[in-house]
This record gives sequence, structure tokens and C-alpha cells, in this order.
Amino acid sequence: MNIQLEKDEGKVMRSRKYTTVSIPTTLHQRIKTLMEGTGFKSVSDYVTYILREVVSMHERERMAQPFSKEDVERIKKKLRALGYL
Amino acid sequence: MVSIPHGGKLTNRVAEGETRIQLVEEAEELPKIEMEIERALDLENIAYGVYSPLEGYMTYEELSSVLEDMRLPNDLPWTIPIILDVDEEDISDIREGDDICLTNKDRPLALMRVEEIYRINKEFYAQMVFKTTNPEHPGVAKALRMRSFLLGGPIKLINETPNPYERYTLRPAETRVLFSEKGWKSIAGFQTRNAPHLGHEYIQKSALVFTDGIFINPVIGRKKPGDYRDEVILKAYETLIENYYPRNTAVMSILRYEMKYAGPREAVHHAIIRKNFGCTHFIVGRDHAGVGDYYKPYEAWEIFNQFPDLGITPLFIRESFYCRKCSGMANEKTCPHRGEERIRFSGTKIREMLLRGERPPPEFMRPEVVDAILSFKKPFIEG
Repeated sequence: MNIQLEKDEGKVMRSRKYTTVSIPTTLHQRIKTLMEGTGFKSVSDYVTYILREVVSMHERERMAQPFSKEDVERIKKKLRALGYL
Repeated sequence: MVSIPHGGKLTNRVAEGETRIQLVEEAEELPKIEMEIERALDLENIAYGVYSPLEGYMTYEELSSVLEDMRLPNDLPWTIPIILDVDEEDISDIREGDDICLTNKDRPLALMRVEEIYRINKEFYAQMVFKTTNPEHPGVAKALRMRSFLLGGPIKLINETPNPYERYTLRPAETRVLFSEKGWKSIAGFQTRNAPHLGHEYIQKSALVFTDGIFINPVIGRKKPGDYRDEVILKAYETLIENYYPRNTAVMSILRYEMKYAGPREAVHHAIIRKNFGCTHFIVGRDHAGVGDYYKPYEAWEIFNQFPDLGITPLFIRESFYCRKCSGMANEKTCPHRGEERIRFSGTKIREMLLRGERPPPEFMRPEVVDAILSFKKPFIEG
């Protein structure tokens, strides 16, 4: 696909980045049947949708608490001063 | 648990302490680029993690990916470009790899490492973001007025723009701690630009039925004549929360942000912003962030089907009305009555009444909220 954005003086083509993943043909057929009437245009679209859902769920499970104890205490002090706590 | 920040980590690009002092000194020697206040607000939103995981203005690859795929190059959903446009003369002495100082009204705000300098095709940009190139669309008009070059790269905030509503401003790190302290595990974000009528309250309370708390997040920024003044919106909401919400169920703080009017794309953007504030749910309005008739009424709902990995649950709550026969608030899903039994809320009608000094009836707006609005001599922006 031509993005039509210009970098420096020349136009740059930006190609979508895809790769191939193998799945059993039987599963492919099951997905094809399941997809009917769902609005998905292809098995690839369907699988991409499902994988994004599952992968993001697993990613979230692995993420850690972002604040240190000191951060939390400093923020709580401000929240109290502003009347939020 | 509050929502995980978008991309997994809350961005913090705010210089503090000794580092800040050192960067302020450095900034004096660097080439300066003056920014409009709206771009400066983006800068603060980047620095405080409102736009996590962004750490600066988008590079060419990021912008291309967002325009074409509505995702960042790492596949993370992202629908609205965050870019810095400059004139050719602004960058005559600047090369990729240089550090620069971003200013507003000559006040240094941030240092930026210029990773990339590139041109923009404004029509293409407008078509992708707004689905139109019609210059009458306010977002398109602004896009077409953009300067021709873009700078991409990370920033570090050293100063903020003046904020008359600091008392009402909470950063994502702060709302996250606040929600946790309140014991909220599910939080519905609500975006608004208006003083609340009963329709707004009904939608918020519908969300509260199955969440622990509501995060009311009015957008404060450039307004057009006829809009409520910012201070009026804040007082009206404070009054509503004090009188009509159970204790410990609602929090209000502002978002300093310029509306883009990009309809469906912007609805997703608004959801990502609220995810970064810690919300687990986001209320998406009918024709959310729309303008004129550029978008279908429920297009802003449909676009969410493309993002199973957004990490925040959109709430699609239908338009509400007061039903005389039901003697209460209702919507299409809860009320079988038709026609004149239903009193529909019109922001314009309420505004006209208030401008005439008339009190909207209690079926439209809570009397205490009306009092709060009318306590201002001039509650609306004048033309």
C-alpha cells in the first residue's frame, strides 16, 4: 500500500508486514465454517482478531505494579491536600 | 485492579530535581521552536503518561502505521496521530539527531531529541483521520493549516503551561493511586464538554450499576461561542456529585486536551486516554467526538469491533429521555412508550432557556445544578 507520505524529498512506499503461520487444514476449515455471517473477510482476519485478544490478555497478566511505595505515599499526600482522599 | 497502562508502562517524561535544573540550563543554548498552546497540551499529556506508551511526537513510521492500520508499529492500537508540525524556516538549522527546545510564548517547556524530520501530505492525513477532506470539517480545516514539516522524537518536560485548574488536574499516576485507595476495581470513564443534565446523569449511573466508580473527566480547552465556560462545567458537576451521587462513587478531574472531532477514531483515542488514567470501562456516546453529519450515529461504537486487544471495555449506553408514563428516566431498551410521553434532552434547548434566564424543568436538569450555572453572570462563552 502506498502511504503517500513524503519522507525528505522522495515518496516512500510502506508495505504491510505480514508473515505466515501454519495451522492444521482441519482447523482452517472449522474456522471458515465458523466465520460465516460474522463479517470477517478471511481466516487470516479472524485468526488475527482472536490472537490479538488472547495475546493482549496474557501480556496484561505479566505486567507489574508500576509504582514504588515512595511514589504512592507522595501521591497520596497530594491527593489528601487536594481533598480527593 | 485498575487498568494496566496502554502498552504496559505509564510513560513519565517529566524532568524533576537536579535533572530538571540541568535541562533548563541546557535549554537556553538550544535552537527554539515555538508551539501553539494545543500542541503544548499534547506535550504535557505525553510527559505525564496520558498518551502512554508514546514518549514523544510520532516519527514517520509511527505516523504511517497509525494512519494506515490504526496501530503503532508494535501492533498496539492507536488511532490519532500525535505530531509536531513546523515551518521550513523553523528547522533551517536543525538536523536529525539534534536536541531542541520547545517553547510556548517564549517559555521553555521541553527538550526534544529530533529523531526525524519529514514532510506531511495533509490531504492524505485528513482523509485517513477524518474520513473526509472537506475543509468545512473543523478537524480537516486545522489539518490543512498545519505547517509542512513534522518532527518526530522523544521529549522531556521541564516546565508546564499555566493551568488555571490545577486544583482539578490529576495525572494518570495520581488517579491510579486514588482509585486503588478507594478500593475501586472497576472504573467507568466519562468524557464531557457540558454541564450535566439528567441524560448525562442517567448514563453515568447506568455504568455505576456494574462498576465501583465513575471517573468524570471534562475536557478543558479551546471553546466556541455558546459553549459552557470551563468553570461553570466544573461547578455544575461538583454540585451534582455532592447532591446526587453516593459517597465514594464519583471522582472528577479535568483533561486538558483539544478536541479533534475525528469521530470513531477519536472515540478509541479517548478510551485509550482513560485506560491510562486507570479506567477499566469507557462510556462511548452516540456520535462520540463527531461533528456535523460526517459520521454515522453509531460509527463510534462499531470501530471498537476492530480492537479486541484495547484493554478497556467500551460501554455503549443508548440515548436516554424522561418518560412521563414511566415517571422516570429511560432509554430505548427500557421503555416501551412512544411519542409525546418521551421528553428528549436537548443541550441546545437547555442552553437557550438558561440564556433567557429561565430555569430548565427538573425533568431536564437538577435544580441545584441550575442554581450552580445561574450563579455565574455569564455562564457561556460569548461570540
